[in-house]
Amino acid sequence: MINRKFRTVAGIDPPLLEPRTSLMSSMSSVGSSPLGPISRFLEWFGDLGIFFWRVVCAAVTPPFEFRELFRQLDEIGSMSLPLVALAGAATGVVLSLEARYSLTRFGAKSLLPAALVFSVIHETGPIITGLVVSGRVGAGIGAELASMKVTEQIDAIEASAVSPYRLLAAPRILACILVLPLLTLAADASGLLMGWVAQALVEPLSLHQFVNAGFKGAGFNDFLPPTFKTMAFGLIIGLIACFQGMRTRGGAAGVGRAATSSVVLSSLFVILADVVLVKLILIFFP
Amino acid sequence: MDTIDQIPIPTAIEPEKAGKDSSAPAIAVDNLHKSFGSQKVLNGISLTVKPGETLAVLGRSGTGKSVLLRLTIGLEQPDSGSIRIHGQDIAGLGLDQLGDIRMKMGFLFQHAALYDSLNVAENVAFPLQHHRREMSKSQQDDRVRQLLAEVGMEGHLDKMPSDISGGMQKRVGLARALALQPDILLLDEPTAGLDPISSGEIDDLVLKLQAEHHMASIVVTHDLHSARTIANRLALLNEGNVVIEGSFEELQKSDIEFVREFLGHS
Repeated sequence: MINRKFRTVAGIDPPLLEPRTSLMSSMSSVGSSPLGPISRFLEWFGDLGIFFWRVVCAAVTPPFEFRELFRQLDEIGSMSLPLVALAGAATGVVLSLEARYSLTRFGAKSLLPAALVFSVIHETGPIITGLVVSGRVGAGIGAELASMKVTEQIDAIEASAVSPYRLLAAPRILACILVLPLLTLAADASGLLMGWVAQALVEPLSLHQFVNAGFKGAGFNDFLPPTFKTMAFGLIIGLIACFQGMRTRGGAAGVGRAATSSVVLSSLFVILADVVLVKLILIFFP
Repeated sequence: MDTIDQIPIPTAIEPEKAGKDSSAPAIAVDNLHKSFGSQKVLNGISLTVKPGETLAVLGRSGTGKSVLLRLTIGLEQPDSGSIRIHGQDIAGLGLDQLGDIRMKMGFLFQHAALYDSLNVAENVAFPLQHHRREMSKSQQDDRVRQLLAEVGMEGHLDKMPSDISGGMQKRVGLARALALQPDILLLDEPTAGLDPISSGEIDDLVLKLQAEHHMASIVVTHDLHSARTIANRLALLNEGNVVIEGSFEELQKSDIEFVREFLGHS
């Protein structure tokens, strides 16, 4: 008799990872042992790592699912564009109004365009994009894959000898990684544009003057690293949403839990990743 | 009113008559154990299915019938024991090799599990698009039409799964399962949730497909009449193990209390 309990961890013949417990429920309920939630978190993190490895293995070996990738680029990118642009625009207006009030108090009103440009392209644009996409796309992917899981559609894909890691997870994660920087550009542009409009309504200022003053001291190091760091946000959002969706159980309630946990966890990890990435950018692109 | 053993039924084709070599089993399950947490589902089950033969697996709900099918196609991993498909143990296989084995197997899920974002024709074309890339689009379309005609669904190509009945979904699921011309067919509750007429139609369809394709099949069912109709042998499961295995007549003659109770209530 051969014991095969560890074959799945070794990556041989892997069925989809089943949750031992829901992370959300395990975090909200304290078990008899104080180490319970910690060990469950570590278990979840380990399963996430195995899932990531399987997706990478599936993504780099042919056949490649280009059609599904383009469909996801449209679904995640084009469909998110209006929401991201709107969020960026609202943030630009708020930043403009707040910065004007603060800078006027300290007699530095002339720095307003530069302050707005730097805050939008360095931090506000990327993080707003990350959070908006994690809300819209994270919930969408989590719910879609969870629904497929509970109706055995993912099992049917596996039974047809097609890897769900290759067909479902890899194109979604890759699409998230590719579109986040582009959406960030849209958020930056709409934020700066509406920031200028908010300023121009209070005090006459041409767009040309605003751009000249705002981008005067800005270089590529101010623009490229913060924009491309959102690829890491895309990885986090796609990975967590696919993982939570594809391991769900328990019918409609499970679908709801998967959607919620996808949004909560991806938003949380985007914020945590931002802390680390900002520090790294400051070190490597001073 | 006729009792179930008095109803005249069509019979499954004997594997020898189907022209298959019945010496080597197509499916051999040996001493299989599977637990979910503390719940033991399969407790050392052993079964064999010869090429061209149909085995019906019966039993109460929760006795591990569907788990047995999922283990057979590699959707679950056994705790111990072996599953051999045409002599090859699937438990130690990598993804590519397991994929090769799965391509020889068709699986009809209990609720059909059609892809809800694809229409009927696209559902059936799915395995062809991924594994018969050498086929042109028109060849694939012809094959899809032929498969749907075999299951009597040729007039519903463009319908979405949500727009057709449960029985029709099962037919489409069956067509999808047959797309790669498998030599093993696994059917999970093919008649569950269907009215008697639709159940009879599905049974007739399975019999017809067996006659045409000569596949080894495992049918998991609660429906004793259906099992009698489409299977050469029946296996009755209780508490994760096979209580009795044989023809319907052999089950009827059994003195085992659980067997008598099960047949009496069916």
